[in-house]
Amino acid sequence: MSETLLTFQKGGVHPHESKALTQHLPIETLPIPEGVEILLSQHFGAPCEPLVKKKDQVAEGDVIGEVEAGLGACIHASVSGKIRNIATSANPVSISSPSIIIKTDPEAEPRVNTPCNWMDLSREELLARIKSAGIVGIGGAGFPTHVKLSPPPEAKVDTLILNGAECEPYLTTDHRLMLEHPQEVIEGAKIILTILGIQECHIGIEANKSDAIEEMKRVSREVSSNGFRISIDPLKVRYPQGSEKQLIESITGRRGPGVGLPFDVGAIVQNVGTARAIYEAVVLEKPLYEKIVTISGRGIERPANLLVRVGTKLSDIVSFLGGTRPDLAKVVMGGPMMGFAIPTLDIPITKTTSGVIFLTNDEIDTNPHGQCIRCGWCLDACPMGLSPNEIGIYVEGGRAEETSQFGLFECFECGCCAYTCPAKRPLVQFIRLAKMKAKK
Amino acid sequence: MSESPLWTVSVSPHIKSGESVERIMWTVVGCLLPPLILSVFIFGFQTLIITLVSVGACVATEAITQKLFHRPITIRDGSAVITGLLLAYIIPPGVPYWIPVLGAVMAVYVAKHLLGGIGFNIFNPALIGRAFLVATFPVAMTSAWLPPIRDASIFKYMGPGIDAISTATPLYVLKHYGIQAVIEKFGSMSTIYGDFFIGWRPGCIGETSALLLLLGGLYLLYKRYITWHIPVSVIVTIAFLTWVFGGEKLFAGSPLLAILSGGVMLGAFFMATDYVTSPSQPTGKLIFGAGIGALTVLIRFKGGYPEGICYAILLMNPLAPALEGWFRPRRFAPEKGAFK
Ligand code: SF4
Ligand code: SF4
Repeated sequence: MSETLLTFQKGGVHPHESKALTQHLPIETLPIPEGVEILLSQHFGAPCEPLVKKKDQVAEGDVIGEVEAGLGACIHASVSGKIRNIATSANPVSISSPSIIIKTDPEAEPRVNTPCNWMDLSREELLARIKSAGIVGIGGAGFPTHVKLSPPPEAKVDTLILNGAECEPYLTTDHRLMLEHPQEVIEGAKIILTILGIQECHIGIEANKSDAIEEMKRVSREVSSNGFRISIDPLKVRYPQGSEKQLIESITGRRGPGVGLPFDVGAIVQNVGTARAIYEAVVLEKPLYEKIVTISGRGIERPANLLVRVGTKLSDIVSFLGGTRPDLAKVVMGGPMMGFAIPTLDIPITKTTSGVIFLTNDEIDTNPHGQCIRCGWCLDACPMGLSPNEIGIYVEGGRAEETSQFGLFECFECGCCAYTCPAKRPLVQFIRLAKMKAKK
Repeated sequence: MSESPLWTVSVSPHIKSGESVERIMWTVVGCLLPPLILSVFIFGFQTLIITLVSVGACVATEAITQKLFHRPITIRDGSAVITGLLLAYIIPPGVPYWIPVLGAVMAVYVAKHLLGGIGFNIFNPALIGRAFLVATFPVAMTSAWLPPIRDASIFKYMGPGIDAISTATPLYVLKHYGIQAVIEKFGSMSTIYGDFFIGWRPGCIGETSALLLLLGGLYLLYKRYITWHIPVSVIVTIAFLTWVFGGEKLFAGSPLLAILSGGVMLGAFFMATDYVTSPSQPTGKLIFGAGIGALTVLIRFKGGYPEGICYAILLMNPLAPALEGWFRPRRFAPEKGAFK
């Protein structure tokens, strides 16, 4: 590609991409499982209150949980069937959390969605559809999208950025989505632009997805522009290119505050997957209850990109894909740089799951960590310009409270420092400890 | 389906770069070996023995110290091997074989483990070892120089009576008798540059081959184990200050001779760049290297010894933590509300 690739200035690493395992595999639909477990607390924000009770019949797409107060998003039945229980399930982040367990009715008719012309809808109606579809930011912490799309009036947002960087190794869901459903992503972008009342949209895609870049360019040229300016921006392959702050810098050259929301620099970032979910919510009135996930790593028999119902248990996915391999050493929900290691396959997929990675011993590093040798590589790798080595040394020395001088709360735990450290120091672990101690 | 509760559950990131302390250290060891092999041909086979004694003593001291302190034994990481090599490389080739043992104990036990422990030691261990030896055995450490062997008779100096054939280093001749004496002793300027570049000159065991040290340093640069900042600032500062102040009058010194003699190449690429005892960020590194260069020239011209780079590095080592603190990376945007 002759185009100059956009990128951010400071730090970053280039881990082995490991995307070849799944990037060529079309999105496959997982057969509807016998039952699902839908977590009441799926992400950032307040947990939902159940709106159904045991033995109720629900249809695919029905609202089954709502947030009563505070920030959050509602949840929907991802299958038609009967509520078996409202109980606790394993959860990727905490030990367990309450969930609604639905037994699938295999006879049920699939939900039919009829497209409408969204151009006729007002801004309020668009936002209402997004809210009632329960859409949250698909890539990361799961910030409720209707809230993010209603910035305070003083924010002066002038640019929408769609995040198609997919900088985490192994993950290929955004790649496949942009390749297979580019119209829907771009239509979603136009809906967001309409809500924000702006024209400018940049879709940032790492250069390792050249087929997706070409496809998105072709489609964005073909569709009528309606006065919108949508550009596809190839990005340098460099982790964490898809982090909000770095992506805004790569594309607009603006640097937000170390701690703070991207409104402050006049940009709003949405994942390409979220844009597609917005398209489905607005045009098809289809709630967010399906997810594309990458199941990859050398520890799974058959890696795949799967379209699954929210609430599908990992064990169902694993048996569909032929099981795990004997040398499986670690299972990670999310990407290998920022995901959570999980101890069991009883965990259900949530709205924010982008992948599950099954790593074998040769893919992970189990060497014990040593003393810091002060090579400074972590300082070079940190995209926020922090000093993770010092934080680690202070935490080990029992002085965690004094680490905010090194920018502790600007750290977004991207993991570049720990990835690069030749002494294998668990720097992110030290940082989390320091954050816990320093908050008190 | 194999269900196993034994998966590792640890904090992200779950993948790591392939680099490790061992890999860095053993790569440095590899880069230091060619000058050792050449030194056998320049100064004779005893340089190999001295070096092996030094390395063995450093590794043994490290193992014993860590055992005594009930710390994990880390001799496999190669860092004690590097200390042993560097210590031998800055010792004259005609010293008795037991000399490096004392230096090794001083380097590893005192400088590395007593003064902080791995990662916290302030001074470069090998240089402390050498400073101790110079203070305790000033005669051997400043006069056991040997004229380079020209006829490949590498066992020439193994017998008794080495004292009789000891010679003087170019820097000593230059300091006490001037540039004309250097030319009389070592040949025309072009012969000098050629010989010194390859390594055929009196000097410490591993410091003489500018060529091989440069190649090793370039490989470390290529591997990104070191950056250019420290070596370049050391070498440029020495060359510049020697050119200005090193001649009969201003701007008449010989910068090339200055960087091809003494321990400049070894110090600039392999000792001043030691992670633990040098700053890690570009600005800090440039100041650190310039300081070493300036102190080296100062000691060469005004100090009591003809060569100064070892002491120059030791003098700059304690400033490294301060330089590191002053020149931290620029934060992404620490001020709230920044809009650029
Ligand atoms: S995890 Fe935090 S400290 Fe480490 S590189 Fe990322 S932002 Fe910097
Ligand atoms: S990368 Fe690791 S060893 Fe190097 S300075 Fe950072 S914490 Fe220390």
